[in-house]
Amino acid sequence: MTTLTINGQTHEVDAPDDMPLLWAIRDLVGFTGTKYGCGRGLCGACTVHLDGQATRSCITPIAAVGDREITTIEAIGDDPTGARVQKAWRELDVVQCGYCQSGQIMSATALLQGNPEPDDSAIDGAMSGNLCRCATYVRIRAAIHEAATSLGQEVS
Amino acid sequence: MHVLKQHAQSRAAAAFATINVSRRGFMKGASGLALGLYIAPLLGRDGQARAAGQTGEQGEFAPNAFVRVTPDGEVVVIAKHIEMGQGTYTGLATLVAEELDADWASVRVEGAPADTQRYQNLAFGIQGTGGSTSIANSFEQMRQAGAKARAMLVAAAAEHLEVSPDSLSVHQGKVIHQASGRELGFGELAEAAADQPVPDEVTLKSPEQFTLIGKQQLMRQDGPAKTDGSARFTQDVQLDGMLIAVPAHPTRFGSRLTGVDDAETLKVPGVVASVRFSSPTRDGDLVAVLATNTWAAIKGRDALSLEWDDSQAFTMGSEALEADYRERAGQPGDTVTDRGDAAAALDDAAQVIEADYVVPYLAHAAMEPLNCVVDLKDDHCNILNGEQWQTMDQKQVAELLGLAPEQVRIQQLFAGGSFGRRANPVSDYVLEAAAIAKAAREQGQAVPIKMVWTREDDTRGGYYRPFNYHRARLALDADGNLTAWHQRLVGQSIMTGTPMESMMVKDGIDPTSVEGVAELAYGVPSLNVELHTPSDIGVPVQWWRSVGHTHTGFSTESLIDEAAAAAGQDPYQYRRERLGERPRWQGVLDLAAEKAGWSTPLEGGAEGVKRGRGIAVHESFGSYVAQVAEVTVDADGQLKVDRVVCAVDCGLAVNPDMVRAQMEGGIGFALAAALHSELTLDDGQVQQSNFHDFQVLRLNEMPEIEVHILPSAEAPTGVGEPGVPPLAPAVTNAIFAATGQRIRRLPIADQLKG
Repeated sequence: MTTLTINGQTHEVDAPDDMPLLWAIRDLVGFTGTKYGCGRGLCGACTVHLDGQATRSCITPIAAVGDREITTIEAIGDDPTGARVQKAWRELDVVQCGYCQSGQIMSATALLQGNPEPDDSAIDGAMSGNLCRCATYVRIRAAIHEAATSLGQEVS
Repeated sequence: MHVLKQHAQSRAAAAFATINVSRRGFMKGASGLALGLYIAPLLGRDGQARAAGQTGEQGEFAPNAFVRVTPDGEVVVIAKHIEMGQGTYTGLATLVAEELDADWASVRVEGAPADTQRYQNLAFGIQGTGGSTSIANSFEQMRQAGAKARAMLVAAAAEHLEVSPDSLSVHQGKVIHQASGRELGFGELAEAAADQPVPDEVTLKSPEQFTLIGKQQLMRQDGPAKTDGSARFTQDVQLDGMLIAVPAHPTRFGSRLTGVDDAETLKVPGVVASVRFSSPTRDGDLVAVLATNTWAAIKGRDALSLEWDDSQAFTMGSEALEADYRERAGQPGDTVTDRGDAAAALDDAAQVIEADYVVPYLAHAAMEPLNCVVDLKDDHCNILNGEQWQTMDQKQVAELLGLAPEQVRIQQLFAGGSFGRRANPVSDYVLEAAAIAKAAREQGQAVPIKMVWTREDDTRGGYYRPFNYHRARLALDADGNLTAWHQRLVGQSIMTGTPMESMMVKDGIDPTSVEGVAELAYGVPSLNVELHTPSDIGVPVQWWRSVGHTHTGFSTESLIDEAAAAAGQDPYQYRRERLGERPRWQGVLDLAAEKAGWSTPLEGGAEGVKRGRGIAVHESFGSYVAQVAEVTVDADGQLKVDRVVCAVDCGLAVNPDMVRAQMEGGIGFALAAALHSELTLDDGQVQQSNFHDFQVLRLNEMPEIEVHILPSAEAPTGVGEPGVPPLAPAVTNAIFAATGQRIRRLPIADQLKG
């Protein structure tokens, strides 16, 4: 049994140590907002936060999680930055098929938590690991700037 | 070489024969997925199948197959087309809400079940989504559905308020009696409206009365669910007792399974069984591993020890394939178009341009790898799927399972992308899931099955955009005028071997192989187009976002650029002068050139850095798109596409922001193929497997994009695909402008690095 703290709640999962966190979250615990896209850390659809760090859950064995707090898309709106990112995503109608967008929002939120005013090069650095086949990239970039602006206004 | 089993083909053909087809439905100029099928409508154009004014559940008002109003005033629009990113749910809801005068905040969209009579695509005559037809074929139908519902709500209000219907108006979900100030919400009227007769005729709004269509303020219907993790894709389905099934495919097309050792597989915790099943679309049996979770199923599948007989497999490599195609390109092919006398014009030419253009096999590589849920019961089968091809999938599965089509119920979920792949012409992945469920049941696992392909399975699963080889010869006179265009194409047929073959393929010509060049838009006295359709290549092919235009757009828009350069003329003006009889082509070309500042020089780069601007224009699926690309090539040959200015004429733009989004996305999707994506074969094996070697576009490579929509009163045409074809040639023409190097092969990859 492995104990995982997901979105503030602990879950006991009966799974081999090498099971990637992605499948524990999706198949065993039942949060399906975190997506499978590649299984090799190449596309970012599986991105979750471990103690606030954007992490590819598809290549993170559950045994490596330890006592770190896992946050998924289902709870990112409880974080003020996450909520702003979601709002910007909706206001700019970023999504198309939507399958990658949980991961995009998780990566964007982690970026803004660490860097409240990212420039384009910081956005490139933080977001180029998150693939979107619908190529919603123009709006992803714009939505991150929008969220940064609105967060800045909240603070000031 | 038969990649598709004969019985699969004949079953498909039999299924298809039950559809009453006619050539009348063929939509000229909107080919691709406009399959030329037509069913005489059994119903009114609003698809009403229920009794007039029939009430739905619990006092709901369900006047037709597309609209329900709940007692609490929610307007539910039933979408006959799948939402796979292209914005259809929002578009269809806009059409209904416009005529219904609904409150947009109260509108919700549900996917329609498989039901060909009610939910057929009027462009196809079958239920399915493709060919950028969703809004085009629904434009009248959905507005009718909304207008009839509105009329019944008004009639119910008139009865209740004891006033004349003419004295009532409707605004944002309320029926209002202006004179008395009384108003009734749709929810309050739902039950009474259900008792009203369905009107035979309703008057639709004229465009100046529109408050939603063509306006900017509507947000996507699927925005909230796709930003909080609650949107439900096939991958997310969990049913009681469900097992995950991961099949093992051979590494070569046409291999046959001869031996299975599952000893190691059965040791994997969570694995329940391995199931041998007869593959509906590959040769012989395959085996799938069933497990209680996806990880175990993948691990178990990978632990299988399998033996394959490759004696009938396709074993060519990419180099040999290309050499074979080049050889064919040197031989006369089947005549597609023969106008004027190209041979004579080429003999008399002052200049002749000879060029070969080559594009690779491409996987669709949607972010959601292929999957399908099948819950097989004694007397019916439930399918939950990102379902794009209802009528054919339903018939094929019914045949496989020995059920009637209506016993195969299909629930349409969101698809995590498709780009054509989920509308498989032989229902490959849906049939595979059904075959696994059937075999599992026969082998003691009578449980719902979620078939999951890994990314590697998806990349290597076949049904690709076909490899294409084009050879062209263009004749120019002494003034640089084009006098002849001769183009020979070599590429596998998408339609041959599918249920669509008999409708689509005429005299050996698959129109999807030559669309975009068969009727070249540019005025040229002699046009000769020929086609070779290799039938001995064992790689399954399929439509891929914009189908034949993916390669004909590239070659024709590069060739016209080559002609302009040979003539020493401006590539924009050179095109323009040859589009005199094509005002809509000219319209987008002019708009893109103007907005891109074509007449002003492009700002230069630093020393050693070259910059250039390229233009391309193409029509596909009835829409016209021109793009101007600006590129930078540095001293090391590193390419950056800086900016793309796009002009689109898609008739009336129902949701302008969705049109912009599809152009942006189409440009990014096409840029991936222009820059990086390529599948190659070695000894018949696909060499790429995942996003490290089948590369797609990343955020840091996305150019700035400007989209300009040409105002139009024409009926709407599609936008899902038409943004794709002009992009690659706009970029490669810009590279030529910058460097003088003509790119004739995609992807560009490292061709600029010497």
